[in-house]
Amino acid sequence: MLKYDLVVIGGGPAGMAAALKAKECGVDKILILERASSLGGILEQCIHTGFGLHHFGEELSGPEYAYRFIKQVEETDIEVKVDTMVTDILTGNIVVATNNKEGMLEIHATAIILAMGCRERPRGALDIPGSRASGIMTAGTAQKYVNIYGYMPGKKIVILGSGDIGLIMARRMTLEGAKVETVCELMPYSGGLTRNIVQCLDDMGIPLRLSCTVIKTHGIERLEGVTIADVDENRRPIPGTEQYIECDTLMLSVGLIPENELTRNAGVMIDPITNGAIVDENRQTNRPGIFACGNVLQVHDLVDYVTQESYTAGEGAAKYIKSKNKNKRTKYVSVRPEGGVRYVVPQNINCDTSEDVKLYFRVKDVYRGGKITVTSGDKVIYSKKKPKLAPGEMEYVIVKAEDIRALDKKEIIVKVEV
Amino acid sequence: MQYDVAVIGAGVCGAMVARELSKLDMKVVVLEKCNDISMGTTKANSAIVHAGFDAETDSLKAKLNVQGASLMAYYCNKLNVPYKNIGSLVVAYSWEEMQTLEALFERGFNNGVPNMQIISQEKLREMEPYISEEAIGALWAPTAGIVSPYELAIAAIENAVVNGARVKRNSGVFDIEYKNDLFFLSTASGVVKAKYIINCAGVFADQIAKMIGDTSFKIIPRKGEYYLLDKTEAKMVNHVLFKCPSSMGKGILITPTVHGNVLMGPTAIDLDFDSKLDVDTTSEGLDTVKREIRQVIPHMTTRNAITSFSGLRAHIEAEHADFIIGPSEANGKFINVAGIESPGLTAAPAIARYVGQIFREIAPDYTKKAEFIATRPAPVRVNELSAEERRKLVEKDKRYGRIVCRCEGITEGEIIDAIKAPCGARDVDGVKRRTRAGMGRCQSGFCGSKVVEILARELDLPMNQITKHGNGSKILYGKTK
Repeated sequence: MLKYDLVVIGGGPAGMAAALKAKECGVDKILILERASSLGGILEQCIHTGFGLHHFGEELSGPEYAYRFIKQVEETDIEVKVDTMVTDILTGNIVVATNNKEGMLEIHATAIILAMGCRERPRGALDIPGSRASGIMTAGTAQKYVNIYGYMPGKKIVILGSGDIGLIMARRMTLEGAKVETVCELMPYSGGLTRNIVQCLDDMGIPLRLSCTVIKTHGIERLEGVTIADVDENRRPIPGTEQYIECDTLMLSVGLIPENELTRNAGVMIDPITNGAIVDENRQTNRPGIFACGNVLQVHDLVDYVTQESYTAGEGAAKYIKSKNKNKRTKYVSVRPEGGVRYVVPQNINCDTSEDVKLYFRVKDVYRGGKITVTSGDKVIYSKKKPKLAPGEMEYVIVKAEDIRALDKKEIIVKVEV
Repeated sequence: MQYDVAVIGAGVCGAMVARELSKLDMKVVVLEKCNDISMGTTKANSAIVHAGFDAETDSLKAKLNVQGASLMAYYCNKLNVPYKNIGSLVVAYSWEEMQTLEALFERGFNNGVPNMQIISQEKLREMEPYISEEAIGALWAPTAGIVSPYELAIAAIENAVVNGARVKRNSGVFDIEYKNDLFFLSTASGVVKAKYIINCAGVFADQIAKMIGDTSFKIIPRKGEYYLLDKTEAKMVNHVLFKCPSSMGKGILITPTVHGNVLMGPTAIDLDFDSKLDVDTTSEGLDTVKREIRQVIPHMTTRNAITSFSGLRAHIEAEHADFIIGPSEANGKFINVAGIESPGLTAAPAIARYVGQIFREIAPDYTKKAEFIATRPAPVRVNELSAEERRKLVEKDKRYGRIVCRCEGITEGEIIDAIKAPCGARDVDGVKRRTRAGMGRCQSGFCGSKVVEILARELDLPMNQITKHGNGSKILYGKTK
């Protein structure tokens, strides 16, 4: 059996940043396992710009952002196995993987960082009635065909869902000469970043129809059209508002699901809202030595935040690897969302934390002039007014270490007051 | 090219019949209008092996159902097709329905169904812990089971091909002429000559029969809609669960599948005669499935649905419609295998034998082949192997180490096997049916483009010529700018 101090599952931005940080913190033997043929993850197909504004202070394309990390990994002695799929994590932190060079691998790891990313919600999960024609695909699949393979997946396009990938693809397809008829969004607001709505729809003259969905697909072989309809406040189609739109492609950008099959099999507890692991401020899960970061933990809006979170996980894993008493039990402060807050990560904080903790969260609805508060019992730890809060944008607050250590009640609540 | 027999249609019946006839020393051709095997009713049905208590006693349906149910294990074993003998339960919710169970029991007994039992509420709850508290009893038929219908058809065709049969895909028959003791079949891929025809054309069997002047039956496409749920729901149901039957069929059922998913459906809506390609799902149909299933298992939701789909049953327009199997009155060398609605899948092995018998009666001169190969080897299924077996396999062929479909754990090697097999996959859905790549919870979001790439490479075609399911179902247009 192979032995490593740290095995990182996934060689995208999260995995690379976590491995690099762990290396910087003095971890000796590190291995990254990546299922694609090269490092970089989904960034490789994101050839648009907008990455790195926070982390590098400049605007990069996805591959450029990834390359900065790939280069750093290459400069270290971090080992990488590409074309390698992890199939299981056994008790005792044994990672089982398969690839086409070594066949089956069993790797013992002192610590494991889960950085598998997320996948797109498919059509089946949406329950759109109609035909089973070709031409119905997720926006990410379309992006891969266009940007990696160099093929056009369609010419006349309707996009369902205004998630960021859908918005980016609306622009990309238009630039490639396709006609994007409309972007339909079920909710009364977009789930994407404001800057993407402006740059990808408004600037391209593509209409965004809010509170609207696709209720039927037409065509036996290739898609021939879709029927769309407005929806009421319960998201039910309103009779009489149906409209047929001729198109050969329906792209879906209706949400991302963290890829947590391995995580569940490993006995890691999952937050039903984020669909990612429940973690502490070091991004450690309930399984000692198993950490999680990036989109497998929570779907991020910006890769810059993925990098930050992964540094946290890498540092946490390094601490764990070097600690003498690995099964030390600590007391936790639990962090809960309330009111307009949908979730908070991390869900737990060590009572004796010596560092300030950044709490990431998303809100449930669009709020104007809301106030974010962090409280524990009657005590207000943090409070700040925000001109606008939207579900599409990740928010964070920083809670001071001394405030956490001083808590009587072992619970923190994050909420939005309007 | 002249053949002895032309089998029209490569659904499960056509495939099993072709295999049966390939035992004889003669030239068999299968003419299929689609780009692959099992593209009609066979790919979209309940995937059930019925015990045989539904069909009217002394009908062909009853006889072939009971025979088929007992032959299924044997055939699935020979052809290496997934089959599980999990038994079925018809669940009753009222005293009237309990009486229906008695009637079903009696009919089953008369049909020759073995080992049935009417069980109590307690026993039912023990067997199905998530069943509705309103359920008061059930008819248990332990001989019922589940099978993979399209894999059965694919395996039977592969086996027929190995035994010398020819399969012509994209060869829909649009005209048949009979002269000088020979049928001339005009197909989308040219004229085919044959001495005998077996009409296994599913919902189109009436149109094919009409081409030789047989207008004795009409087929109504009866639509059924289904949900397929994630493997995470597998714990919810252990047997094939039926509600009490009505005149439109056996009603909505919920069952595990051989691959560990949960299947629920079908509805039953009669379509027009000219709607034989309409396999759209509808919001009404899907809502019906959801509503009906909640009566059986109240906690069942479609939140973890992987997909929904619909299929068409070939329903003969008649009261007490039975299977129509036998030489046509219009031409004795044209054998109809028509109206094969439920329990058609179950009956398929028995239908094949029965057609074989009929054929030997009308064409007694053909002798048995000496070298018939009865077994179709099992395809490699990497995720069913032990770690040691896997290691050895990858040592031999590295492509079995590269996982393409992560949800189902399918490797590149398995996909290439499916393409290279006799009558192998030519499109993305064909790969999916043979290997399960793209059948998992991400619905090919991850592997779809890779499968297109592998198909293009192995078939030596540009990527934009690879289709989802043949004909115009292309996936990609031209190159980007």
